[in-house]
Amino acid sequence: MKVRAQFALVFNLDKCIGCHTCSVTCKNTWTNRRGTEYIWFNNVESKPGIGYPKNWENQDQWHGGWIRKNGKLTLKQGNRFWELMTIFANPHLPEILDYYEPFTYDYAHLLDSPLAETAPVGRPISLVSGQVMEKIEWSANWEDQLGGSYLTRSVDYNLRDVPGKDLLGEFEKTFLFYLPRMCNHCLNPACVAACPSGAIYKREEDGIVLIDQDRCRGWRMCISACPYKKVYFNWDSGKSEKCIACYPRVESGLPTICSDTCVGRIRYNGIMLYDADRIAELAGKEDEQDLYQAQMDIFLNPHDPEVIAQARLDGVPDSWMDAAQRSPIYKMAMDWKIALPLHPEFRTLPMVWYIPPLSPMGREISPRHIPKKAEDIIPRLESLRIPIDYLASLFTAGDHKPVIKSLSKLIAMRAYQRGLHVQGIPNKEVLAGAGLDEATAQEMYRYLAIANYEDRF
Amino acid sequence: MSHLLDRLKFLVRRQESFADGHGIKLQDDRLWEDAYRHRWRYDKVVRTTHGVNCTGGCSWNVHVKNGLVVFEMQAHDYPQTRPDLPNHEPRGCQRGASFSWYLYSPHRIKHPMIRGRLLELYRQEKATGKDPVEAWRAIQENPHKRSSYVAVRGLGGFVRSNWDEVNEIIAAANIYTILRYGPDRIAGFSVIPAMSMISYAAGTRYLSLIGGVPLSFYDWYCDLPPSSPQVWGEQTDVPESADWYNSTYIIVAGTNIPATRTPDAHFYAEVRYKGTKVVAVAPDYAEYVKFADEWLPVRAGTDAALFLAMGHVVLQEFFLQKQIPYFQDYARRFTDLPMQLLLRPLDDGCYASDRFLRASDFADQQGQKEHPEWKTIVYDERTRSYRCPKGSIGFRWDKAEGKWNLLPEDAATGEPIKAELSCLGQQDAVVSVVFPDYGNSDGEAHLVERKVPARRLQCVGGERLVCSVFDLLLAQYGVNRFEIEGNTDTDYGDVNRLFTPAWQESITSIPQADCIRIAQEFAENAVLTRGKSMVIVGAGTNHWYHNDMNYRAIINLVHLCGCVGQSGGGWAHYVGQEALRPQAGWLPLAFASDWHPHTRQAAGTSYWYLHTDQWRYERVTADSLMHPAAKARYRGHTLADYNVVAERLGWLPAAPHFQRNPLDIAQAAEQVGAQNAESVADYVVDELQSGRLSFASEDIDHPDNWPRNLFVWRSNLIGTNAKGHEYFLKHLLGAENAVLGKDGAGAASQEIHWREKAPVGKLDLMVDINFRLNSTGAYSDIILPTATWYEKDDLNTTDMHPFIHPLGAAVDPGWDSRSDWQIFRHLAKNFSVLAEKHLGKRKDLLALALLHDSPSELGQAVGVSDWKRDGQRPKPGRTCPQLEIVERDYPRVYEQYSSIGPLLAKHGNGAKGERWETGQEISELLAINGIFPSTDKKDAPRPSLESDINACNMVLHLSPETNGEVAHKGWESLGKKTGLSLTGLSADRRGEKFSFHDLQVQPRKVISSPSWSGLMSEEVSYNAGYVNVHYATPYRTLTGRGQFYLDHEWMLDFGEGLCTYRPPLTTHAVAGLPEDIAQQGGIVLRFLTPHDKWGIHSTYHDDLRMMHLSRGGPHIWISEKDAKRLGASDNDWLESVNENGALMARAVVSQRIPEGVAIMYHQQEKTLNVPGAPSTGKRGGINNSATRVIPKPTHMIGGYAQLAWTLNYYGPVGSQRDAEVLIRKVGDERISWLEKPLSEALEKELRQAVEGIL
Repeated sequence: MKVRAQFALVFNLDKCIGCHTCSVTCKNTWTNRRGTEYIWFNNVESKPGIGYPKNWENQDQWHGGWIRKNGKLTLKQGNRFWELMTIFANPHLPEILDYYEPFTYDYAHLLDSPLAETAPVGRPISLVSGQVMEKIEWSANWEDQLGGSYLTRSVDYNLRDVPGKDLLGEFEKTFLFYLPRMCNHCLNPACVAACPSGAIYKREEDGIVLIDQDRCRGWRMCISACPYKKVYFNWDSGKSEKCIACYPRVESGLPTICSDTCVGRIRYNGIMLYDADRIAELAGKEDEQDLYQAQMDIFLNPHDPEVIAQARLDGVPDSWMDAAQRSPIYKMAMDWKIALPLHPEFRTLPMVWYIPPLSPMGREISPRHIPKKAEDIIPRLESLRIPIDYLASLFTAGDHKPVIKSLSKLIAMRAYQRGLHVQGIPNKEVLAGAGLDEATAQEMYRYLAIANYEDRF
Repeated sequence: MSHLLDRLKFLVRRQESFADGHGIKLQDDRLWEDAYRHRWRYDKVVRTTHGVNCTGGCSWNVHVKNGLVVFEMQAHDYPQTRPDLPNHEPRGCQRGASFSWYLYSPHRIKHPMIRGRLLELYRQEKATGKDPVEAWRAIQENPHKRSSYVAVRGLGGFVRSNWDEVNEIIAAANIYTILRYGPDRIAGFSVIPAMSMISYAAGTRYLSLIGGVPLSFYDWYCDLPPSSPQVWGEQTDVPESADWYNSTYIIVAGTNIPATRTPDAHFYAEVRYKGTKVVAVAPDYAEYVKFADEWLPVRAGTDAALFLAMGHVVLQEFFLQKQIPYFQDYARRFTDLPMQLLLRPLDDGCYASDRFLRASDFADQQGQKEHPEWKTIVYDERTRSYRCPKGSIGFRWDKAEGKWNLLPEDAATGEPIKAELSCLGQQDAVVSVVFPDYGNSDGEAHLVERKVPARRLQCVGGERLVCSVFDLLLAQYGVNRFEIEGNTDTDYGDVNRLFTPAWQESITSIPQADCIRIAQEFAENAVLTRGKSMVIVGAGTNHWYHNDMNYRAIINLVHLCGCVGQSGGGWAHYVGQEALRPQAGWLPLAFASDWHPHTRQAAGTSYWYLHTDQWRYERVTADSLMHPAAKARYRGHTLADYNVVAERLGWLPAAPHFQRNPLDIAQAAEQVGAQNAESVADYVVDELQSGRLSFASEDIDHPDNWPRNLFVWRSNLIGTNAKGHEYFLKHLLGAENAVLGKDGAGAASQEIHWREKAPVGKLDLMVDINFRLNSTGAYSDIILPTATWYEKDDLNTTDMHPFIHPLGAAVDPGWDSRSDWQIFRHLAKNFSVLAEKHLGKRKDLLALALLHDSPSELGQAVGVSDWKRDGQRPKPGRTCPQLEIVERDYPRVYEQYSSIGPLLAKHGNGAKGERWETGQEISELLAINGIFPSTDKKDAPRPSLESDINACNMVLHLSPETNGEVAHKGWESLGKKTGLSLTGLSADRRGEKFSFHDLQVQPRKVISSPSWSGLMSEEVSYNAGYVNVHYATPYRTLTGRGQFYLDHEWMLDFGEGLCTYRPPLTTHAVAGLPEDIAQQGGIVLRFLTPHDKWGIHSTYHDDLRMMHLSRGGPHIWISEKDAKRLGASDNDWLESVNENGALMARAVVSQRIPEGVAIMYHQQEKTLNVPGAPSTGKRGGINNSATRVIPKPTHMIGGYAQLAWTLNYYGPVGSQRDAEVLIRKVGDERISWLEKPLSEALEKELRQAVEGIL
């Protein structure tokens, strides 16, 4: 056992309002400069949709992440030898149009224009070519709020196996949720493994993955290797850059900027302990659907005396131990099992986890029975509008059970709380049905609903 | 080893491995990591916020490095809420987070800018030796000179000037206008003061001192819900967002919480975990639907039908089939349901509902000596007699105080009474009463007959039939009263019966079963929780022409369920609503009532409707909107005519007032011997009655009545607020425009003189104060550079949370910019210097509307007497405007602006009808602010208002919300009037006083005050009506209760005594298109313009960050099916056109949009990425190029308790959602960017239009 501490995050998608404040405050601080105009360390996608860069989830196209070959983990884009062969012409590298062509406008013209035949206008100007753009064709968030025809958006990788996929484009069947994304600071990062210069490393003390800007030679193997497409190329510096998990803040005990400024209060920061010696074994599980469990298996219980003793030997300070014991991440991922990893099948063991969206509820607009019991006022899981297949594709390599378990707990917590606040009756049966007790339900409620600063971070 | 050498050892880096060799461990140095640490570093952090027109009121930390703003993040340090509520941190959204971009953007207004043509003319005139006022006169009185700059507005051509020069020009223009036409020809437009209240006050204080006209805005942009003053006598009063968390059942209808209440949205998301059910009523899959348990995709604009049917279910099941004691008690005490009203016999034996029964209808006046005609009546169950209960509006203004309260007591005897809801079983007769039904497919209003139980009563003047509002309501809602109708079952499934669930299904498309079930859940929840059911509403329901019907349908439901005034319950309206919490201290600052007791103000909608000549194009007739059985004394009047009548009766303010200069009228009165205000009023009344003096509106297009100077600050009038954008361009500004329809319909007017040739270019001068170049600046003559929100000190409050916090100067104002407070202060100085020679001291005649919350809200109690028609002598303040004289000391405007005047110490201060002595606070302000050095040695020392912080401290020190001692005085005042003991409501905070500095340290929770109907306590979140329902203070309405019934004659004429369903208006806008344009194909779609996620109105829409996160330019959302019909794909260019104009935007095709509607999120301007529109050959317009405002006569009622005009309180609203457009695809090959210079031919054409030659 080798105990390592990892800075980790949970995003509660059920509360995400899709406002992009996270993206903006991040960009203002970190990528507000030449060469990074199109780069969003943090972005938010409207789902279903193909995302940023386009179709990033589809590794048949991008060859990111790890695969299992001959029983061993290897980068999907190829081994080190292959990498050296393709170092000058990487076939899996996204181009600028896969993100979008960044632009500005001729703002000054509005003030400077001499008298003209009609009202002066500021035309878009490409930040790549410096030329006027006839038409802006894509942006950092083109599909916002389901923008774009269903035909285009339904290329979404997660819809590929959803039954009745074609019907989901109808007005009445519309569903929507937001997917905020940042670097997952993976336990088994493909970018690190892919870097020919050895410039990318995972910090031993907190697991934050960084690209050494002095060492980076701009080979961009990390960009194709990262299955989440969260490494970007700065065309001005000629180096790759990525989310740094706000280490200058985290080191000072502050949450990341995206978390601090999250007005939906969906983001949680915390410490997780894991056994670094089991990475290859667990990330290499044969069945993709076992990878979610595998990642839970790699986490160590911070209350376990054996873990505490080993952590001390491995140099984890007491304050970190304390943080690991109070970690909201551990509660959500391990104790309550309501948070799930994003695309575990990429085998990078990502460390940003997600509580799946419960709402919107109510599948169809149709006459229903008149509810008599509190738990019926809250729609049941069977009437969920978002297909379970879709969520399972995102979070569990297609396994329904963990998704259903997570959502059932949220529903039970709601029904239980309704009992308390409307009828004044604690409905324990509804909790038992979802495998919850009252104390857990109350603690979940405190973290998810009251969600005070000190509990989020 | 050195860093460099270490780095060179690439192949021999010390390594160890783990995970069976899968992981390796390096020992590299990590010095490079300091690079990002340096990026995070900053020099200081300053608290400020964004003074934009949004209700966020978010506290932000601005980070400054090397003297530049580098980034902003939200503050987390709000005082904490109760432990069982989520806290408010962080507040702030993606838009606010991107604001710092503006400070250094390429279109920042860095210097005073002026239209080059105008500057040239001015310099030429001055070069001939003229003084500034003469120079301005020389330009204005030469039509050819004037047209040379007026006609090219909006086409570019700005040059840089300097403060001295532009201030001199503006002051000269103001003085020339005052002399030539009158100060009421100078107007100012600025929106929502709450978000940066000192900056707002700057302009209005200047205008108020010179006699100019601050215009209302809240009604104009249709965010004012007229239903709120109609029902509660309150402008808008809503729960703070934290109160959503106290609710256990929420219906959201037409307010897009995540997009437009972004910092509040977490309460909405989080309360679901408390077990609260959320139902979204929305035509499209809007952002707020994401959080709903159920989605009711109602047809756009039909919400009222759904909610009326829900009311039908609640009345049937919770009032008739069973009686809920809580609901019954609530209805008796806090609503007008037990109030008695008269039935008016019609020729055919049926009846129509008439006005409320009054104490004056009884021979003994129910023992009421004062104001018996303003006191309403109930029937007492205990004594079986009619009684006059306490609390109606008459008691508010009685000299004998103490009976204006909601205690269930007889006002004359003090005996307890139990107001009867229904007389069924004890009625003298069951009669047929007719109700209008507007929801028919033929578009005509029909009459529906319903049975109502009634009593006979011997009134003064004869026997009348009388019933309660409750009995009338049951009949109108179509509820089955088995005793009367003889049926034995409900008729939910009767599609032909008005207001049944089946009927609503035929209108809204919502299955009746869903309607019934949600209604039952909503009411049952209210039963179990005593009113914790809430309906959240907003622009989607309020921006329609018949918005008051949409809202009253909802308000009826929450009233029936006893939710209003209960924590977690009631009606929550969120669009444009704001709470300028420290109102009492701010009002004198903003309207200079520390110097003058009266101020000129005007109703925005009336003003723009008339002055931009939209009335000339009006094809919606008032007659088509009437109750088929109306008294209709004004049948045949146009919508504009109603406005003129309302001005004549003193209901609406008139701006300008009269055909003549008000300074000249005052002087003429003096010349004929009028010595005081009364004798001047007598003179004016004589002149009016003789016809020698007419209202300006009666000849609105006469050059003497044009608005001449306009200030716009903190607002984007042209690019955002101008409903009927192209009419503004044409008639107000004289600019190139795309009005496609023909005028002429206005010739039908009976009150307005019709001029065949419409004026083009009424304004002599438009001044914009701005930090960026938007459409308003583009069409202005002068643009003044203002400090951004990170560069000035100011105050900010909102009704979404209970805190007050500041704007703070993180850096100095950039380039030549100044704060608004200093801009107007400097302008006042230039003005005063020039006024010495040209103006001196003058008397000014003010014609004021009969204001709400003042004694003149008791105008005409019974019926409407129109002095002009009835030959009566007008009674100022009763049947015509209140006439007042104000003495203006023009050379001292600067001194008056810069110091607190003497009237506060002399007359006290107050708000919303309450007044208290405030001499102590004024003398404390002398010490806090210092003394302003007066030029007149005889003056008593006055507190200074020289700095922005001085102004902030005046507001803070004089307001109950921020000074506990003043709160005490306020509650004392209200206590006296109501006879209730109320000072305990703020007793625990009596010693608190906030200064500007305190707020910079931490946002502060304001103190409970009588200016607001909710409490700022530690126990409950702010919720409107809480004090009324828990402490028996009356609503400021006729009955003192929340009103289901509005009995004014005009209200009854238009069939809205009770709420009814009225479908979206037919505007004829597409039908009015010229044939050649109409024939070019396309489909007609309902044009909806909700608030956007990527802007706060037009602000942020041009911010580069927001552009990258959206579509990078104007876009319109359409459904997949409509896209197919258009042959259009996502991102294709679309032209939208109707008679009001044409606009260009790219398509966003989406499954979440229903067929038949186009959604263009406002306000995407035409300044960026907009090509020419093929139909006009001009730059494609903005969303308001497709709209035109259509006023509603019932909003013009005045001098009638809660139906009384007050700035932003009650008045006509500028709705725009009933618009339709013809949309078509424009192929990329047909796109033209129109970038040629102005040609001589075009210029000639434009100038001829302005000169009146065309």
